[in-house]
Amino acid sequence: MDETKELKTKEMVLNMGPQHPSTHGVLRLRLEVSGETIVKCTPFVGYLHRGTEKLAEGMTYLQSIPLMDRLDYISSMTNDVGYCIAVERLFDIDPPLRAKYIRTMVSEMSRISSHLLWLATHALDIGAMTVFLYAFRERERLLELFEMLCGARLTVTYPRIGGVRNDVSQEFIDTLYQFTEEFPSKIEEYETLINVNRIWLKRTVGVGIISAEEAINYGLSGAALRGSGVDYDIRKHFPYDAYDLVRFEVPIGKNGDVYDRYLCRMEELRQSNSIVKQCIEALPTGPIMSSDSPKYTLPPKDKVLNNMESLIHHFTLITKGPMTAPQGEVYVATEVPKGELGFYIISDGTGKPYRMRIRSPSFIHVAALPRLCEGGFIADVVANIGSIDVVLGECDR
Amino acid sequence: MEPPKIAETLKGEFADDVIAVKEFRAQTGVTLKKDNILQIARRLHDAPEFKFDLLKDLCGVDYKKIKNPRFEVVYNLYSITHRHSLRLNVQVSDKESIQSVVSVWKTADWHERECFDMYGIVFDGHPDLRRILMPEDWDGYPMRKDYPTAGPEDDPGAEWGGFREVLKKAEDFKKFGWYK
Repeated sequence: MDETKELKTKEMVLNMGPQHPSTHGVLRLRLEVSGETIVKCTPFVGYLHRGTEKLAEGMTYLQSIPLMDRLDYISSMTNDVGYCIAVERLFDIDPPLRAKYIRTMVSEMSRISSHLLWLATHALDIGAMTVFLYAFRERERLLELFEMLCGARLTVTYPRIGGVRNDVSQEFIDTLYQFTEEFPSKIEEYETLINVNRIWLKRTVGVGIISAEEAINYGLSGAALRGSGVDYDIRKHFPYDAYDLVRFEVPIGKNGDVYDRYLCRMEELRQSNSIVKQCIEALPTGPIMSSDSPKYTLPPKDKVLNNMESLIHHFTLITKGPMTAPQGEVYVATEVPKGELGFYIISDGTGKPYRMRIRSPSFIHVAALPRLCEGGFIADVVANIGSIDVVLGECDR
Repeated sequence: MEPPKIAETLKGEFADDVIAVKEFRAQTGVTLKKDNILQIARRLHDAPEFKFDLLKDLCGVDYKKIKNPRFEVVYNLYSITHRHSLRLNVQVSDKESIQSVVSVWKTADWHERECFDMYGIVFDGHPDLRRILMPEDWDGYPMRKDYPTAGPEDDPGAEWGGFREVLKKAEDFKKFGWYK
């Protein structure tokens, strides 16, 4: 009896982050550990807080689009699209079909590039270095495509309220189609590297298990929720843009552990690739900006450069916002790579939002981190952070 | 169940609490008094016909000089099973607290902390109510409408208090400097 008493370890406090490479940004975790087991985990966030919501209250609806780029800087396209869709819902604007298809296409490209970065860093955290190099090879091609599309690689600011900024070129379409043809074989390459890798399986299977009911109660969304077997994808539940015009499956896991969340995201890569391909094949001709409500949408660029009235219209809409706006409040969510990105906008009838709330998936996923980590080992913390896929820029806003 | 019908049912069950039902862009919002919010949340979460299992979002809104009571706490609810959504706008006045719904939806934990951090709305029964995004020793509540984005409103050129303090501290530390 006395011997076991002597062997008792003391609980100690371990500080992880905010400069730890595996915390994907500036996340700080205070871990209370007993030996290797985590007794209590307390996350600290806010290191990247820039007050986006407060800033947006003082800006016009169009001026806020570049702010949205800086939320989830890994996939800025989906943030912009989500914001524009929320404002379109508030103003009751229906973008033309071509714009819808283009936005769906670029959103899915963004999803692929975000998932590739997630796969690369997640694998690197767990110890599979090679995947990092392979995933970045394809991500680079997508970033080059973004550059070809709008001139920026990361902070794109491509969508506009009521459509998109400029039309896609034939060269872009051809290069993208080439990419979608080749990409499925690349996914297989990643999978041969890690899917049945013994170390990978030991590190992921049965780690960070969360049941379906609990995952919903914790508010998880995206692949983190679907890994637990909940069929909840906003692209299916609330179809926006052209998602009701393309065919795709929503991959669903069973066990709710790190491995299932990984499998879900890998399958999403294939589905996104297929959506991009379908969008290219079905891309209709026509305008790229809605012309039904000129009060809220920008005039075409060639008119702005050649027509005085259009120039004034463009200028006032950007700097002052619309003269009047519908009064009301909407909550509109879109499916971004991380999960559900929601915008809750209250309009008081002026050109600026009275209140703009951003429901960011990363914030809620970090909140669920103690639930996933407690009772596990220190090494599993890194696997858990990777599997919920957080970006701290979006978490702190 | 259709959202307007849910609002109607809610009005029947909690007649004293429901103030108004709003409809905008096919979204239904119910304005409530704050007293029985925990009961209402529990009922919406547990009842098999509602089953609002997902609290999508919880946030505060400041209606200074526009509405009385001043604040609103907004709950965006969704039911994954039944695929219907509802919004609850709960009115809270200045210096009043509201019951926490963490016991119903765990995701409310950080949302309520953020709401407290940004608006100073106190949630009774919250397990760990402290600042989340702002530093622990921050003065004031940044998202309130009377909190300036840059400098006090009467003197736009001046810095806000926190920054003035940092400048003053830097000035004080200069006495330890070895360079001239």
